[in-house]
Amino acid sequence: MSYQLENTQRGEKYNTIYSKVTPAQRRNRSARSRLRSRLLLGLYLALMILPIYWLINMSLQTNSEILGSMTLWPQNLTFDNYIGIFTNSSWYMGYVNSILYVAMNMLITICVALPAAYAFSRYTFIGDKHLFFWLLTNLMAPPAVFLLPYFQLYYSVGLFDTHIAVALAHCLFNIPLAIWILEGFMSSVPKEIDETAYIDGYSFPRFFVKIFIPMIRSGIGVTLFFLFMFSWVELLLARTLTATDAQPIGMIMTRTSTASGIDWGTLAAAGVLTIIPGILVVYFVRNHIAKGFALGRT
Amino acid sequence: MSLHLQNIDHIVNGVPHISGIDLALEPGSFNVLLGRTLAGKTTLMRLMAGLEPPTRGKIIMDGKDVTNVSVRKRNVSMVYQQFINYPSLTVYDNIASPLNLAKHPKSDIEKRVGEIAEMLHIEHLLNRYPQELSGGQQQRTAMGRALIKDADVILFDEPLVNLDYKLREELRDELRELFKARNCIAVYATTEPNEALALGGNTAVLHEGRLLQYGPTEQVYREPNGRFSAKMFSEPPINIVPGRLTDTEITFDQTLHFPCDEKLKRLEPGDYDFGVRASHLTLQPQQPDDLALDVHVDVAEISGSETFLHVHHERFPLVLHLAGIHQFSVNEPLKVYFPTHQLYAFDKQGHTVHIPARQGGAAHG
Repeated sequence: MSYQLENTQRGEKYNTIYSKVTPAQRRNRSARSRLRSRLLLGLYLALMILPIYWLINMSLQTNSEILGSMTLWPQNLTFDNYIGIFTNSSWYMGYVNSILYVAMNMLITICVALPAAYAFSRYTFIGDKHLFFWLLTNLMAPPAVFLLPYFQLYYSVGLFDTHIAVALAHCLFNIPLAIWILEGFMSSVPKEIDETAYIDGYSFPRFFVKIFIPMIRSGIGVTLFFLFMFSWVELLLARTLTATDAQPIGMIMTRTSTASGIDWGTLAAAGVLTIIPGILVVYFVRNHIAKGFALGRT
Repeated sequence: MSLHLQNIDHIVNGVPHISGIDLALEPGSFNVLLGRTLAGKTTLMRLMAGLEPPTRGKIIMDGKDVTNVSVRKRNVSMVYQQFINYPSLTVYDNIASPLNLAKHPKSDIEKRVGEIAEMLHIEHLLNRYPQELSGGQQQRTAMGRALIKDADVILFDEPLVNLDYKLREELRDELRELFKARNCIAVYATTEPNEALALGGNTAVLHEGRLLQYGPTEQVYREPNGRFSAKMFSEPPINIVPGRLTDTEITFDQTLHFPCDEKLKRLEPGDYDFGVRASHLTLQPQQPDDLALDVHVDVAEISGSETFLHVHHERFPLVLHLAGIHQFSVNEPLKVYFPTHQLYAFDKQGHTVHIPARQGGAAHG
């Protein structure tokens, strides 16, 4: 109550002041408020970007400089950390492994999720709603729960330490997510388009590839982004299901901590390189991400 | 090519959408399905197209039973109320797609698309994508796609509803022209009686999944076979006044007596519903024997250059269809006249028992 009162009083005061100001003063005032909002946003951005900047900063320094003194930018600029990663096969193979199983996972997931999502969006069958919800419950269990059964299963069928092992394990979480997102995008396409295509004489596969998929292009892009993000950063399953041949980059990065200390520079450079694919993917789908977070429903 | 629907029933989740429709469409005919929303127009079209199989009944096309033949194998085309085009294809490819799929030679396709586009006045838009077009142009594209193949049955499901008034009239006239030269069955669904009258051909009046009447449009308009049919096929709806017929006179509302027409005298005396067309009611007496009614104005609805005047008599409401724009104030007392020889009579079951004689073209409204 008192707050409200205070507020109205202030409002009135503002009004009286406002009525006396000249247009020039008013312009001045609005310019100042714009400046203030810019400053605040700039501060926010700086806070957000600071850790990333620090990572880049470290990756361009020598270990002695990192440990020696706090420097805001590299005093002796060096690319040795990056060169080290790109020349050592045990390092760069980590990236190759990660990219391989992420790509495999994305491919498998999209191939499975597209028809599944189409069925959920276009047909009614017994238990369709329950099944659809059940898919999402797969995302509710922590990955650690599935760790032991996967390990045991893959070991016994000889899938252990292969790329496909990790890709398949990630499908457990990615397929339900992809179906949910794609179903949302597909349901926003009117059913009449399908019917018109059948009337025109399209066969189902041809309609699906030539007409339908182009219509949900942005949805597929967003879905791929989410699949990538999950699979790229997931470490627990990827680490446990691999040993040497398919080790993800996240695992290899732990190698920098040795008995003789931590190799900060290389670790930082590896971190920077890990961020880059994510930034690229985000850039491509930046206009559609919001809809993706709403699982394709507007 | 003829299309015969035999005793079609369609039941969805226990709710009958179509019940017992029997309809034979002649080759080369233009047919209008007239009915309000939920009358079953769209469902009937989907059954004709083969998008859904009927629950009961048979669909015979040219003597062949096609009831369970899929839509891909039937030679039909359809235009929806929404503007449905393939957004990833250009207007040219949209229109050409049925021919492309039928593997026609390229030069032939080019020629046909050119002809159709010219007919629909979209020849300058062929390289654009559907989203870049206005609503009317999008619907023309959809029509082009429906018209380009020599379909046996072309279905239009309220294609002009989402367009503005002017464009609607224009496209409607063109549509009629387009079908003159074709030997296919055209079916056109609409909720508007005026559209049905403008299109001509045959009209099927649907109500709650039942076929009320089918015949040449003019005839269905002039000689409705029942009260529902008459109400459905007039805009504003025909006025229904309950009354009593004796040997010599008609009584409206127990108080209003007037001598009845010679022709009405052959009816059994008793209670009837009398129908008066809104356009037959006037503010000035047209003939000396016109009956005058004292009424009060409820509301004057102006539609285009016409006025629908809603008034009420002591016990029953009436609607007048007046040419020109008129202003009335609410509750204003008025005298309206109607020609007693223009009465329709319906029995209590809703069947038409009397149709007034035609008067040299003046009865159209």
